[in-house]
Amino acid sequence: MIGLVLRRLAGLVLTLVAVSALIFAVMNILPGDAAAIMLGTSASEDTLAALRSELGLDRPVVWRYLAWIAGALHGDFGRSYTYGVPVSELIGERLSLTLPLAGIALVLSVLVSVPLGVAAAARRRGIIDGLATLFAQMSVAMPAFWVAILLIILFSVQGGWLPAGGFPGWQVGFWPALKALILPSVALALPQAGVLTRVTRGAVLDVMHEDFARTARAKGISRRVTLWRHVLPNAAGPIVTVLGLQFTFLVAGAVLIENVFSLPGLGRLAYQALAQRDIVVMQAVVLLLSGLVIVVNFLVDLLQMRLDPRLRATPA
Amino acid sequence: MSASTRKRPLGLIAGLVLTGLLLAVALLSLVWTPASPTKMQILLKLKPPLVAGLLGTDQYGRDIASLLMVGAWNSLSIAFLSVLIGAGVGTALGLACAIKRAGIFATLVLRGCDVLFAIPPILSAMMLGAFIGPGRFTAIIAIGVFMIPVFTRIAFAAASRIWARDYIMAARACGKGAARISIEHVAPNIATPILVQVTIQLGLAILTEAGLSFLGLGLPPPAPTWGRMLAEAQTFLRPAPWLALLPGLAIALSVLGFNLIGDGFRDLLDPKAETGR
Repeated sequence: MIGLVLRRLAGLVLTLVAVSALIFAVMNILPGDAAAIMLGTSASEDTLAALRSELGLDRPVVWRYLAWIAGALHGDFGRSYTYGVPVSELIGERLSLTLPLAGIALVLSVLVSVPLGVAAAARRRGIIDGLATLFAQMSVAMPAFWVAILLIILFSVQGGWLPAGGFPGWQVGFWPALKALILPSVALALPQAGVLTRVTRGAVLDVMHEDFARTARAKGISRRVTLWRHVLPNAAGPIVTVLGLQFTFLVAGAVLIENVFSLPGLGRLAYQALAQRDIVVMQAVVLLLSGLVIVVNFLVDLLQMRLDPRLRATPA
Repeated sequence: MSASTRKRPLGLIAGLVLTGLLLAVALLSLVWTPASPTKMQILLKLKPPLVAGLLGTDQYGRDIASLLMVGAWNSLSIAFLSVLIGAGVGTALGLACAIKRAGIFATLVLRGCDVLFAIPPILSAMMLGAFIGPGRFTAIIAIGVFMIPVFTRIAFAAASRIWARDYIMAARACGKGAARISIEHVAPNIATPILVQVTIQLGLAILTEAGLSFLGLGLPPPAPTWGRMLAEAQTFLRPAPWLALLPGLAIALSVLGFNLIGDGFRDLLDPKAETGR
């Protein structure tokens, strides 16, 4: 088990190195002169030269990459050209919004989809199954940012119950801050909930006719207890896997949703950095978000092994 | 599975109808729209549906129905081209990997897929957009590249199973090379899962393209895109909510159409998935 975890860990590190190299290559080598891109065409030769030396552009590419990684490992992502503050400071600030947003959305989607998926599988082709399938199809097809706009029309413009955008910050109190995150997290959660409902339904259907489920029923255990205590834990594998795979879409969705609601999170930071051509910020945010996706999928792998002893026995 | 218990493929039919309509509208927009999608009539701005034009007008007095029609063409053409890139390159890579499953090439490609998969599609498009500049090309490349790993994995998994079959052995015994076997014997036999995935990825491509245009990274104005129509509608949610309803509905119905076709195909071709339990 420990050997397997160590091997996975080595794989994780390799993937992280490859992703960081790819991001660095796209952001630093493809464009040619990063300083010229950041300053635009009207910059004078002196300012260009100054920025070039600040960015280390006069040094070899490999050296720059290693310096970037070494800094990143210490939490130093360089200094933002447009904001004039360390990138790590900017990111820390924005994470306090993006992490709760993604977290709430994730919890919401699981809370909706798992019971719905189990109920749909329990009475296959029943009314709940039909509704669950309809819900899944609709929520996957609707773009999250459109759902966000619809929610704004309903709850902010017409109802006036919830803010249509902006974020007051956690320092004004828990409730006002949380209120600003309700609509965004619902919009972000909906497509995830649709995907998860389908996966849960399918996974439960796959195992509910296996021998152990029939044995449990034969022993006199009620249908409900069999479903939740015996079938669902055995169906958890695919659900957790998809949860991990969907994480990249959750991150992509957050970029869009934060822009709809003008929330100062990581996604909006990436978007603003793009508009201002702040490459230092851009590459740090992309690295961080991609790293997050990789680490989440690594954790999902470990969780799988914990859930299913069979995966531990046979080294992949 | 007997014919009597077999469910009529209602979803598939609905999907085909939706997608057929979408295609028809998109193609029609190339030769005819009710009004010019770029013609501004400020006097007629923000009119609700049926008051001016079939579906009303936007903040510049442009005809919404015409904008949506041309938007359908822009959305579909980008989705088709990007999925073509993803499916073409991905399937070829997957087929090549399956020839020698544990070889260096296969390991590198499959690892590379993990790497590509880790970068969220919107972010990779934003990175590309920073240098190439936003536009049709950026959108197609960014979405297409993101699709490659999906097809590589599916083609690899399916092709690996085919390579274990007896008829492959027979083809080898005939002296056929690995490349020829891949093309003549493996590729036709993995077409089904690839096609199912193509329809699903088309839906995803439309969603991603809409997201990119929403952020201003899609086709530059004045080319109408559903995503940018939604972005612009956000300013007029109170006086003209229909501006935000219609493009979103167009996106959702298009994606729904492709997803229904994908699901329908899968059920039809793999009866185990829906019945037989």
